[in-house]
Amino acid sequence: MDFITVPLWCAAHGRTGDKGNRSNISVIAWHPQLYPLIVEQIHETAIARQFRHRQPTRVTRHLLPNLHAMNVVLDDVLDGGVNDALNLDSHGKALSFLLLELPLRVPTALVPLLRGPESTISTGDTP
Amino acid sequence: MSSPQVLHVGCAAGFSGDRTDAAAPVVDALIASGQPAVLIFETLAERTLALAQLARRHDPSAGYEPLLDELLRPVLARCLQHGVRIVSNFGAANPRGAALRIQALARELGLAAPRIAVIHGDDVSGADHHAALRERLGPALDARSVVSANTYLGAETIAGALRTGAQIVVAGRVADPSLTVGPALAHYGWAADDWDRLARATMAGHLLECGAQVTGGYYADPGLKDVPGLARLGYPIAEIDADGHCTVGKPPGTGGMVDEHTVKEQLLYEVHDPSAYLTPDVVADISDAQVKQVAPDRVRLTGVRGHPRTDTLKVNVCFESGWLAEGEISYAGARAEARARLAADILRERLRDVGPLRADLIGVASVFADDAGRWWHDAAADTPREARDVRLRVALRHADRTQAERLAREVVALYTCGPAGGGGVRTALRPTLGTLACLLPRAEVAARFEMLD
Repeated sequence: MDFITVPLWCAAHGRTGDKGNRSNISVIAWHPQLYPLIVEQIHETAIARQFRHRQPTRVTRHLLPNLHAMNVVLDDVLDGGVNDALNLDSHGKALSFLLLELPLRVPTALVPLLRGPESTISTGDTP
Repeated sequence: MSSPQVLHVGCAAGFSGDRTDAAAPVVDALIASGQPAVLIFETLAERTLALAQLARRHDPSAGYEPLLDELLRPVLARCLQHGVRIVSNFGAANPRGAALRIQALARELGLAAPRIAVIHGDDVSGADHHAALRERLGPALDARSVVSANTYLGAETIAGALRTGAQIVVAGRVADPSLTVGPALAHYGWAADDWDRLARATMAGHLLECGAQVTGGYYADPGLKDVPGLARLGYPIAEIDADGHCTVGKPPGTGGMVDEHTVKEQLLYEVHDPSAYLTPDVVADISDAQVKQVAPDRVRLTGVRGHPRTDTLKVNVCFESGWLAEGEISYAGARAEARARLAADILRERLRDVGPLRADLIGVASVFADDAGRWWHDAAADTPREARDVRLRVALRHADRTQAERLAREVVALYTCGPAGGGGVRTALRPTLGTLACLLPRAEVAARFEMLD
């Protein structure tokens, strides 16, 4: 089977929320058939690597198969949270876009289900 | 026979400072529905209450939502005339003060005096609760200059006030979804341990509580997630049936959109374990929740379950924590990024004894970065220093104002002592608040309502 590699945002969307020093990021598949790929490839290890500079003490995925979504919880990644962080974005509101940059390998048969500009999808690396 | 009545709850604010022209279309739609209707305003983020408490120190009649008049004036008369009840936490640190102001506003508008209920009991900053808080927070509480301590109240007191005939319910700290659960509890007369129904209404409230975040706000991404009419977003209305299931929509003719994707994003917003979303009213479980588009701009939420509520209530304590100092300066043209990086190095050296300094290159590496600078160093290694329009931003915290003030002076000094061509210096110094959280047994909190004369 042929695959292309695209950024996760071609296959899913998400939103960040914060409570204290903990961030949660939803990852919601654009199409039910894309969801299994996301579950398989966007695992705790990949997520922890993407956020390594923020040194999460724990990464937890909660799967919501009915919603074709997962909720990613990252502990201690907000430099203390909204009260203590020096970041302009002390809530970590932008972090969903960091997660959505993770690469996703997609079988060519599912490519029509992806969203995004033609250039991103057609120039995905073919391994 | 007429079909059974369905409670309509509209939300016209999702935070303090939200759009003040959002309410009118929501109220029009609530009235047009001909159904029992409630309008909620959620205006209390975690720290808003502490800021309100500080405002009240300066003026004892203040301490409630500063935009109260602007939020209510456009819709108060129509709500009262058409039986749309109003429930809000805009009382903040002074719910009674807010209620008195609403009374005065009604007089100014020539309206009959509305029946207003004030919710009491969330404020646990007084001597009565000190021992209980100290027991749970330990010595962390002792050295603090406490600004506010509030517990998250639930829906029951709100429901009680509505059953007693309140047209307007003014609360301070209550759990955000309880603003919706209260009216549902009052309208349908559910038992206090009807966990499934309470959980469903809780998630309806969760979808509503951030205002436009479920109707296409905070969603758009041009070319990928296009949303029509963001400048005139319609705020959400949830139709909650007798079993607590809800359908979310928005007023006709407004901007924005409601589809399965906008609803899913908001459903999971600020949720951790989806099987245990804790509120004072219930433990809601959305593990098996489903959303379905039932009509254009209408999405139905089903499959929510409930579990018994916990025996405790969450308390947030806010205290004065020092000073945040920030400064910015811009560099443009050839080698702009290299000059901005040099400026950051100079500031780090000059401010070494004040404490850790965060530096950002806005437009190159800023919001994804961490305070310790790990991202900064990676970005330095990975990217060529070619950005031609860069704003350097630096920040530090210090308990002592005098020390924090040094940052501003050092950034200004870059005009003559820093790299070539720096311009547009802005500096800011602001007091900061810290928070401590703990759980109090329900028995230690006395929630009640008072009907204003």
